[in-house]
Amino acid sequence: MAEHEAIDIKELPEQPEKATLEGRNKYLGFWFFLGGETVLFGSLIGTYLGLRGGTIDGPGPADLFHLDLVFIMTMILLTSSLTSVMAIINMHRGNFKKLLMWMSMTVILGTAFLGFEIYEFYEYYHAGLGFSTSAFASSFYTLVGTHGAHVLFGIVWITTLLVRYRKTGLTLYNAPKFNTAVLYWHFIDVVWVFIFTVVYLLGIGG
Amino acid sequence: MEWLTTVDHKKIGIMYLAGGAFFFALGGLEAILMRIQLMFPEFSFLSAQSFNELLTMHGTTMIFLAAMPLLFGFMNFIIPLQIGARDVAFPFLNALGFWLFLFGGILLNISWFAGGAPDAGWTAYVPLSSTSPGHGLDYYVLGLQVSGLGTLIGGINFLVTVINMRAPGMSMMRMPLFTWSSFVASMLILFAFPALTIGLLLLMLERLFDAQYFVVASGGNVIIWQHLFWIFGHPEVYILILPAFGIFSEVLATFAKKRIFGYSAMVFATLIIGFLGFMVWAHHMFTVGMGPVANAIFAVATMAIAVPTGIKIFNWLLTLWGGRIQFTTANLFALGFIPSFVMGGVTGVMLAVSAANYQFHDTYFVVAHFHYVIIGGVVFGLFSGAFFWWPKIFGYRLNETLGKWFFWLFLIGFHLTFFVQHFLGLMGMPRRVASYLSNQGLDEFNFISTMGAFLMTIAFIILLVNIFVSIGNKDNVRDPWDGRTLEWTTPTPVPEYNFAQTPLVRDLDAFWHEKYEGDGKMKASEPLEDIHMPNSTILPFIISLGLFIASFGFIYLNYPILFVGLIITFGAMFVRSVKEDHGHHIPVDRIKRDLEGDHHG
Repeated sequence: MAEHEAIDIKELPEQPEKATLEGRNKYLGFWFFLGGETVLFGSLIGTYLGLRGGTIDGPGPADLFHLDLVFIMTMILLTSSLTSVMAIINMHRGNFKKLLMWMSMTVILGTAFLGFEIYEFYEYYHAGLGFSTSAFASSFYTLVGTHGAHVLFGIVWITTLLVRYRKTGLTLYNAPKFNTAVLYWHFIDVVWVFIFTVVYLLGIGG
Repeated sequence: MEWLTTVDHKKIGIMYLAGGAFFFALGGLEAILMRIQLMFPEFSFLSAQSFNELLTMHGTTMIFLAAMPLLFGFMNFIIPLQIGARDVAFPFLNALGFWLFLFGGILLNISWFAGGAPDAGWTAYVPLSSTSPGHGLDYYVLGLQVSGLGTLIGGINFLVTVINMRAPGMSMMRMPLFTWSSFVASMLILFAFPALTIGLLLLMLERLFDAQYFVVASGGNVIIWQHLFWIFGHPEVYILILPAFGIFSEVLATFAKKRIFGYSAMVFATLIIGFLGFMVWAHHMFTVGMGPVANAIFAVATMAIAVPTGIKIFNWLLTLWGGRIQFTTANLFALGFIPSFVMGGVTGVMLAVSAANYQFHDTYFVVAHFHYVIIGGVVFGLFSGAFFWWPKIFGYRLNETLGKWFFWLFLIGFHLTFFVQHFLGLMGMPRRVASYLSNQGLDEFNFISTMGAFLMTIAFIILLVNIFVSIGNKDNVRDPWDGRTLEWTTPTPVPEYNFAQTPLVRDLDAFWHEKYEGDGKMKASEPLEDIHMPNSTILPFIISLGLFIASFGFIYLNYPILFVGLIITFGAMFVRSVKEDHGHHIPVDRIKRDLEGDHHG
C-alpha cells in the first residue's frame, strides 16, 4: 500500500496530513479533543480565579512572582511554537530532514521551559508556599502543574515520533502524527498565554 | 478472547449493552433495598450508613454505569449502520472507551467489599465528601475518573464518525434522528466531561494529598465543587435524554408508518436543547445564595428549554396523527413516554421558579421530578430501543405478549412509585434520609411507593424471562418492522464489514425511499471490491487494566502498585504508538460468498 512508502517530493499531496481518511479522522478528532481540553483548563483557571485571594497567612502572588523569569519562560515557549510551525512548513515542502530538525528544536525549547518551571516551583516552595499552605497555593500548583504535565507529555510524544520515524521519510501514515503533535503543542502554548495573563500579570498587577 | 480483543463496533456495542444491563440490575437492587427501608416509618431494615451508601451507589450506578453505557451500546451498534459506514472513525479508541467504562464500574463496586461504599450522594458535595472517613469516596473519585475517560473517548469517536464517515448522499439533513441526537449528545459529552474530570481531580487531591480548595479555614470555597459538578451534571441529563429522544423518533415514525413530522424542526430543537443544556447548571444551586439576579437568569434560561422540548412533543404527536399505528411493545414504550415525560417536564418548570424552589429544594418533589424525566424518558427510551433493535443486534425477536405484560406492569409500577412522591415532597419529606416518623401523613404514600417499586421489579423479571424464552424466535429478523433507515438493509447477523458495497443515499429515510420509489434495494455507490478492516488488539484491555491497578495505588497511596499500574498503561500506549498496524483486507471472494448465502438464506 502506498501510504507506507516514503512520498516522492514530486508526488507530494498539498496536505499530506489529510490525504487519507485516517489522517482526516485524526485531524478532526484531535480538534474535538482540544475542545475538551479547553473546558479542562477553563475549569482549572476558573477554580484558580475563585481561590487566588485565599492566601490566609501564607505568601500570595505579589510576594512570589518574578515577571522577568516568567517572561523568559513565555518567550521560550512561544519560540517553540514557531519552530513547530517551521516543521510543518517543511513537511508541506516534503523536506523530512528539516522537519525532524525543527521538531527537535521544539523538544529542546520545551524541555528548557519545563526546567524553568521546576526551578520556579522549587523557589516558591522555599519561600513558604507548600501545596497545602492555602487554597491559593493548592489551586496555583494544580493549574500550573497540570499545564507543566501537558508540556512533559508533549515532549515525550514528539521525542517518540522523532525516534520512531528517524529513518522512514515522510509517509501518509506518519504525516498526520506529526501534524497532531504540532497542533497539541500550539494548544499548550495558547493555554500558557492565558496562564501568563490570569496568574502572573493579574497576580502582580491586579 | 475474541471479545477481549475485538475492535468491531457491533461487538463493542453488545458488550456495552451487557455491561450496562448488569449495572442496571445492580442499581435497581439498590433502589429496592432503599424502598423496603422506607416502606414503614422508623423501619430498621437497613442502618443509616448502609442507606447512605445505597443511595450514593444507586444514583452513581444508574447514571454512569447503566443509562449511559446502555445508550452507548445502541449508539455503537446502530450509528455506523444508520449512516452507511463500515466502522467508526477510531475502532481502537472505541474498544479502549468500553474497557475504561467497565474497569471504572468494577472499581466503583469493589468499594462494597473494601470497607464501605461511597456515602456522600451521587453529587458528592464537599465538605461531606472531602471529609468522609474510609476509602469509599476514593473509590468514587477514581472509579468515575476511569469510566469518565472512557465516555469522553466514546463521545469524540461518535462526533468524528458522524462527520467523516457518512455514505455518499447522506447529508447532515438526511441523517436519521437517532444519529442526530446522539451526535448532539456526544458534543455535550465533549464539553461537559472535562469539568467532571477537574472536579474529581480536585476532590482526589484534597482527599489524598491534602489540598485546600474546599477548606474554608484555608481560604477555600465549597461552592466551587457545586459549580464544577453541575457544569458537568446538568448537561449530563441531556446526554442521557437526547439519544432517548432519537430512539422515540425512529420508533414512532416506523410504527405510525409515516415520515417524522417536522424533521428539520426536530434537528434544530435538538441543537437548541443541547445548547441550553449548558446554560442552566446553576438551577441546581438556587438556594446556595447566588443572589436574585443570578437566580432569575438561570430560572429564565431553564424555562426556555420547555420551548424546543415542546416542539419535539408536538412533532411526535403530529407524526402519530393520521398514522396507521401499530401497538408493538417498542411503540407502547414510545407512546407511554409522551405523557410520562411531559409530567416530568411540567414539574421541571415548577422547580425552575427560583422563589418556589426554596420550598421544593431537597424534598421528595425533586426525587419525583427527576425520576419522571429519567425513567419516563431515558429508561422508556432504552426499553423501546431494546425491543425495536433486538432482532438486528441479537438475531432473534423478543416475545410480544410477554413484552406487553412487561410494559404495562412497568408503566403502572413506575407511576405508582413516583406519582405519590410529589405529594410526599410537598408535605415536607426530605430526600436522602433513611427514615421518617410515623403519623405525620407520610406512612401511606411511602407504602404505596414501595409497592410500585415491587411492581417494576416484577416487570423487569418478566423482561429477563422474555430474553431467555424468545431465543428461538428467528423469523424475519432482517427487517421485522418494515424499517425506514439503513440498518434494516443489512443482513442479520450483520457481517463485520456492515455493507458489502457502501450504499448510495437518495433521500431522508433512505430505505423507505427505495422501497416506495425504487426497487426496494439500496443503490451501491462503489464497485464490489476488497474491504479494509482494522485488526483486533488486546492493547485497549491492557491500557485499562493498568489504570485499574494504578487506581488502587492512589486509593491506598501505595506507590509500588501505582507505579506498576502506570507502567502497564504507558507501556501499552508506547507499544501502540511504535507498532505499525495497518489492518487487513477482506477478499472480494469472501464477500461474494456471504452475499450468496444471504440471498439463499
